[in-house]
Amino acid sequence: MTLQTDYREEIRLFNSTAAKVWFGLLLLGLLAIPTVLESYLLSLLALAAIHIIIAIGLNLLTGYTGQISLGHAGFIAIGAYTSSLLMLKLHLPFVLALPAAGAAAGLFGFLVGLPALRLSGPYLAIATLGFGIAVGQVLVRWEALSGGSLGIHPPKPSIGPLVLSSETHFYYLAVSMMLLMTLGAANLVKSRIGRAFIAIRESEIAALAMGVNLTLYKTLAFAVSAFYAGIGGSLMGHLIGYISPDGFNFLVSIYFLSMIVIGGLASILGSILGALLLTALPYLLSGIKNLPMVIYGACLILVVMFEPHGLMGRWTKFRLYWRSWPF
Amino acid sequence: MFPQLVISGLATGSLYALVALGLVVIYKASNVFNFAQGDMAMVNTFVTFTLLETLHLPFLWAFFLAIVAAFLLGTLFELCLLRPVKNPTPLGLIIITVGAQQILYGAAGWIWGYDTKAFPSPLSDTKIYRFGGLVMSEVNLWILIVSFLVMFALLLFFRFSTLGIAIRAMSQNLTTARLMGARAPWLLSLTWGIASVLGAVAGILIAPITFLDPNMMLNPLLKAFAAATLGGMNSFGGAVVGGGTLGILENLVGGYLAPELKESVAFFVIILVLCVRPSGLLGRHYKRHV
Repeated sequence: MTLQTDYREEIRLFNSTAAKVWFGLLLLGLLAIPTVLESYLLSLLALAAIHIIIAIGLNLLTGYTGQISLGHAGFIAIGAYTSSLLMLKLHLPFVLALPAAGAAAGLFGFLVGLPALRLSGPYLAIATLGFGIAVGQVLVRWEALSGGSLGIHPPKPSIGPLVLSSETHFYYLAVSMMLLMTLGAANLVKSRIGRAFIAIRESEIAALAMGVNLTLYKTLAFAVSAFYAGIGGSLMGHLIGYISPDGFNFLVSIYFLSMIVIGGLASILGSILGALLLTALPYLLSGIKNLPMVIYGACLILVVMFEPHGLMGRWTKFRLYWRSWPF
Repeated sequence: MFPQLVISGLATGSLYALVALGLVVIYKASNVFNFAQGDMAMVNTFVTFTLLETLHLPFLWAFFLAIVAAFLLGTLFELCLLRPVKNPTPLGLIIITVGAQQILYGAAGWIWGYDTKAFPSPLSDTKIYRFGGLVMSEVNLWILIVSFLVMFALLLFFRFSTLGIAIRAMSQNLTTARLMGARAPWLLSLTWGIASVLGAVAGILIAPITFLDPNMMLNPLLKAFAAATLGGMNSFGGAVVGGGTLGILENLVGGYLAPELKESVAFFVIILVLCVRPSGLLGRHYKRHV
């Protein structure tokens, strides 16, 4: 650990040459993957990248700002439906529909954030839970717009003249969005805004006394988190090619919450680890039905009991141990 | 039509109230909303089902054995999952109950399967009693009778028994209660046991109507959350009033406005109450000081 002497050094995204080199290698690796893997695994990786986007967004809200959300599936659904409907009904190009999906979800995030200003802990959990279920019910009832419980088929996205039809195309789209959103989040948490989020989590009263505008930053945390969920939802809809209200139920919200709790709260890398692990788990355990759920549940409980910082906390301890080994 | 809607709403509402009472009992004691409350009840209903179907026990025997099992499940929950956690954060506690909910749901699906089963209840949904102009099915009548008996027993327990008074003291001020000689850890386990029994009774009562599958308690749990929020999360009376009000409101909306809105009433209630008066109708709001 080097001593930092400058504020600019503190907020820098990569704090060593080694980090830059590793990031470059990672980029090369991600670029090269489609040449070796079969298409089924590629779409699994694309799905994992999308899960990473949503998990990072949820972690900004729950891990960094300390506001629990049990209704994230609602934001994902809003993103998925907005982008598909804009493309199907208004024939908007994908490059416009994708940010619009994020913006629509972000707007709802802001709206949910407003009552959340007065609620904390368990009450917020119920409010967000209610929101998530309400979105599902509206989608089922509003058949003219959403196609009801039968769902709709999002069209294949295209960028300019290029139609993204193959798994390889989709892999590149998802991974590049994932990198963009990850770097954005990493930048955000190091900035003034990120520090305000963490201050709110540690103590709202202390944060208020330090001059953090609670109204602004709490609603902002909800809006940003929902924006991430909206982008993720839009990509997910186009990747899978079918969306229905049933695909965004309470269990989906729990699934993403499990990712960040198991991976590590308040850690970008932790969200990535958790998302990768939980995306792969059902495929690794595909022989035994129902077992994944029991395992998520057990993991959630064990993590809270023994390792509140999740996989990331374990990894940090492991690294510290080896750095000072044999002492 | 109006009194009819109110009476059948009251029957559904008393079920919500039973589950909501379980939530409130736990919230007052452990300061957490128990998201596993519904699935604890679901598992106990499945236990009753196994006792009836596989062991062919008479219904009353199965009912009492299931109550004992529910009590054990509740106490074990507290003993194994909450007690080992040191200095839990509110978020950590919620995550533990959510994790337990996932385990119970997955395990129930694993053991009993996801297909819907009929619950062999001696009460029938089709047999109908008439009181003056009012019509009531046998199930609904028993739901009303049993839940009122359970609530009355709970009232007597918390008002007059030493144990009940100790639990109430503990939820008001843990340190003082311990200094007065209350054995707080055991009382906590006992509280969870009571809450689990309340849920199990509701589950067994509702099973003839909803049929049995791992999802059966999801909806009642959400309604119970709405009921408890409406009445006030830290008030026993609030849970009963909230449950009854929600049941009647749902039926009136379904009867007079639009049947398809019936299921959404609970969520409007949650959002409205949390926006306007987060402490609920009868709840008291405690200001936290630094």
